[in-house]
Amino acid sequence: MSGHEFQSHFEHSGGVDMSDTSTLISDTTFDELRQLAARYPQPRSALLPMLHLVQSVDGRVSPAGIQACADVLGITTAQVSGVATFYTMYKRRPAGRHHVGVCTTALCAVMGGDILMDRVEQRLGIHENETTADGLISLERLECNAACDFAPVMMVNWEFMDNMTPEKADDLIDKLLADDEVQSTRGARITSWREAERVLAGFPDGRADEGPSAGDASLLGLRIANEQGWKAPAKPAPAAGEGEAK
Amino acid sequence: MTDLLTPVLSANWADERSWKLTNYERRGGYSALRTALSMTPTEVMTTVKDSNLRGRGGAGFPTGMKWSFVPQDNPNPKYLVVNGDESEPGTCKDMPLMLASPHTLVEGVIISSYAINAHHAFIYIRGEVLHVIRRVQQAVREAYSAGYIGTNILGTGYDLEVIVHAGAGAYICGEETALLDSLEGRRGQPRLRPPFPAVAGLYASPTVINNVESIASVPSIIANGKEWFSSMGTEKSKGFTLYSLSGHVARPGQFEAPMGITMRQLLELSGGIREGHQLKFFTPGGSSTPILTPDHLDVPLDYEGMAGAGTMLGTKALQCFDETTSVVRTTLRWVEFYKHESCGKCTPCREGNWWLVQLLSKLEAGKGEEGDIEKLLDLCDNIGGKSFCALADGAVACVTSAVKHFRSEFEQGYHTPAWELFPYSRSALFTSETAGAHA
Repeated sequence: MSGHEFQSHFEHSGGVDMSDTSTLISDTTFDELRQLAARYPQPRSALLPMLHLVQSVDGRVSPAGIQACADVLGITTAQVSGVATFYTMYKRRPAGRHHVGVCTTALCAVMGGDILMDRVEQRLGIHENETTADGLISLERLECNAACDFAPVMMVNWEFMDNMTPEKADDLIDKLLADDEVQSTRGARITSWREAERVLAGFPDGRADEGPSAGDASLLGLRIANEQGWKAPAKPAPAAGEGEAK
Repeated sequence: MTDLLTPVLSANWADERSWKLTNYERRGGYSALRTALSMTPTEVMTTVKDSNLRGRGGAGFPTGMKWSFVPQDNPNPKYLVVNGDESEPGTCKDMPLMLASPHTLVEGVIISSYAINAHHAFIYIRGEVLHVIRRVQQAVREAYSAGYIGTNILGTGYDLEVIVHAGAGAYICGEETALLDSLEGRRGQPRLRPPFPAVAGLYASPTVINNVESIASVPSIIANGKEWFSSMGTEKSKGFTLYSLSGHVARPGQFEAPMGITMRQLLELSGGIREGHQLKFFTPGGSSTPILTPDHLDVPLDYEGMAGAGTMLGTKALQCFDETTSVVRTTLRWVEFYKHESCGKCTPCREGNWWLVQLLSKLEAGKGEEGDIEKLLDLCDNIGGKSFCALADGAVACVTSAVKHFRSEFEQGYHTPAWELFPYSRSALFTSETAGAHA
């Protein structure tokens, strides 16, 4: 090797798969895309939610979905594709019914995330950014998911799966494959990746009241403070002449 | 003397269905909103300014001062944007806050919008946290129904629309100008400043962007007063804040304490490092803040204390690593993160992080050669401070600080793989018979 060959920084093509023209985008979808655009002072602000909605319908960013966003916003398909290919949550190949993520950023990786990733890959017979042949599960290597006090963590359809172990990971995958009920450790019952995408687009599913207020780690400091009788100072008494309501 | 821990934001997290409006109101929620609406916007701004609240998203810029930069004579609409993109490795405080008590944030949003005369506010939350987004969406709907958001709020004539906006997976959108581009429906790439967002932000209009925790702190300041807030903390770092302990500690978790608590005190509360092990290094505020060692256990965790130790308070994300951990491996993982998350706009960051990964991978595999450390530091010199935003600076900080404190480990990378020096299974909380060759 001369050391001067061109080497791409990107192993995989980042483009949207234009060869697969299948779509489920309907008039209802167009109505909902227009609703999203109308929520913002300037319609283009709705593009990220609109792409989430496209994914909830087509299971990926489809050529028809890109065209629909462009039509509703009056921008070009190139402008929509440029956005769709920038963000990692937008999938250019069909994601699985369930989308599983394993955090392998430094802290989770060190604490066992690498072991979990190997385990899940072997269990499913796929690698990161692939989907099982039956379309049930797609797999992703996560960047830090803001749950470090519950490390090592996984996510299913962007719901928290905290304090994971190889055994818990096996059990989780088995249940997802068998379509058994799975409960997020700090969230709702697992539905599907497409249903999650619809909520992210801004169409609530009525499940906000499921799950706990907080996980144990989130409450640790509060519990210690309560045990010790520690609290923030009391509100100072108003000085004379102050504190009158205006 | 203030208590060691001072739960304010987290005080209601253990309540039954703490996320519901009625339960928030039962604890006095939204009374600060009534107080604020009885004041003039300028009075609200001055109260927050005088409390000395500083931004909790990393930079520590005084929140009230940021508000005061909004030119009120500018004819364009004013906007408030809440940065809930929490993605800095190690940072995990805003998500539990929004999950357990979304109304604390929503009340803060209304008061802060009123202070800057905004009639539109946006809560931008990273997309990969479905349940957090559900809870905030619901809280905003509840607040609309209660008349706290919408037209003629509580009969005062003040109008406000609040939009909950989900991102789509991009660390860079936590950078405030990239967040604005993303919120405008574009690729999240930082803008050149000036102009600053206060003058030309969202839709080129005056915009205030604050972190979730900063905005959530506002109702308590209005309710209890600026003196109450600044009675906590240290001379220049006032108030309470959420410290997040993670990694090889016996009990990881969130600790809400006055500014200036030390790492030694936090470690005592969390039961120390896991049994049989010792602390090797930690980040004070996420992976973008230079790492510290046990020599720094007694330095106050406030803005000045951390600056004095050559690092930054950042997001107060204290990631702890014990003696089983390879510094080279950890640094490589962080830099792989920055390489993945570089938006590609600035050449030093886009190309430089790619090269840092190449060099660090060689060192991890024990295939480094004499001069690689110098090359690594030279690369860092050509990346840090040479890009539009701080992502590149953060990437470089974890490398240069790791070399500074643990140079000999990098030198060992000239001949011995990191996984032989520090068998990776020893750092993990478990082993696996199906583990890969390096585990």
